[in-house]
Amino acid sequence: MAPLEIAGRTFASRLIVGTGKYPSPEIMLEAIRASGADMVTVAVRRVDIENPDRDDILRTLSPDEFSLLPNTAACYSAEEAIRAARLGRASGMSDWVKLEVIGDPDTLLPHTEELIEATRVLVAEGFVVLPYTNDDLITALRLEEAGAAAVMPLASPIGSGLGLLNPLNIRIIKSRLSVPVIVDAGVGTASDACATMEQGVDGILMNTAIAEAEDPVEMARAMRLAVEAGRRAWVAGRMPRREWAVPSSPLEGVPPPA
Amino acid sequence: MEIMEIRIQVNGRERDVPAGTSVATLLRDLDLDGRTLVVELNRRIVRPPETESARLEAGDRVELVHFVGGG
Repeated sequence: MAPLEIAGRTFASRLIVGTGKYPSPEIMLEAIRASGADMVTVAVRRVDIENPDRDDILRTLSPDEFSLLPNTAACYSAEEAIRAARLGRASGMSDWVKLEVIGDPDTLLPHTEELIEATRVLVAEGFVVLPYTNDDLITALRLEEAGAAAVMPLASPIGSGLGLLNPLNIRIIKSRLSVPVIVDAGVGTASDACATMEQGVDGILMNTAIAEAEDPVEMARAMRLAVEAGRRAWVAGRMPRREWAVPSSPLEGVPPPA
Repeated sequence: MEIMEIRIQVNGRERDVPAGTSVATLLRDLDLDGRTLVVELNRRIVRPPETESARLEAGDRVELVHFVGGG
């Protein structure tokens, strides 16, 4: 299977995973390893000065083992997201950013105007920008124009686990963009991941579906297989859909009834 | 001679430090030196080579951030 390529870098896995909401750091590490992901997202937050080890992801994840993709989660304007991206890059670990600019706290849908603006600014500063967006073609095209290295439309709202709500929009986006399309958010279980990859997208980014599973490590394995299965099915090319049955066995040579 | 103290904010909490304290000294006093973290002083990033020369002044706002789990 051909590897995923973004901004000239190749990734063996087409699955990118988040690192939030796991029951423990140990389960997170085991699950991420089971997922086969090469790249993981991380958030930038204040250090707890009394207990600096608390929540420090680098105590669990080695940047030698995984590529870190800092996000701008919880930012509501281009200005805030640009600041968060710069803080992430100043760590010296990555000049890539998963760009999120949220427009509404209940749906966590993107503020597309601010998102496009932040993409433009960060691309000019040399960032590799991977924006999380909605499943709207026009926004996706504008993000590509603004210099996004990949565009990441949602399957359904962040953390909802509702699966791929609008496969048509995802197919349209994929068919019109030149940069990779990574579906980010909304996948709930393995069949969602498989069905999403069957639309022909380049990869999937997920967090909650693994972290909130009863057994995150087993779900991570399931997701690895589902992403691979969906990709292979897409590459193989599915049979046509028909309204009526077509027999699979020959009609000739059937022994006549007595 | 009495050392004058100035009041700054670190991650949103007030803190008194001797006047003229550098960012590097603040990090040492907080036992945070040597950690992978990013320092922002009044919304400007202070890179590691600049922490010795960056001096704190009264009213300064320091943000110390690192990577945590996220999606």
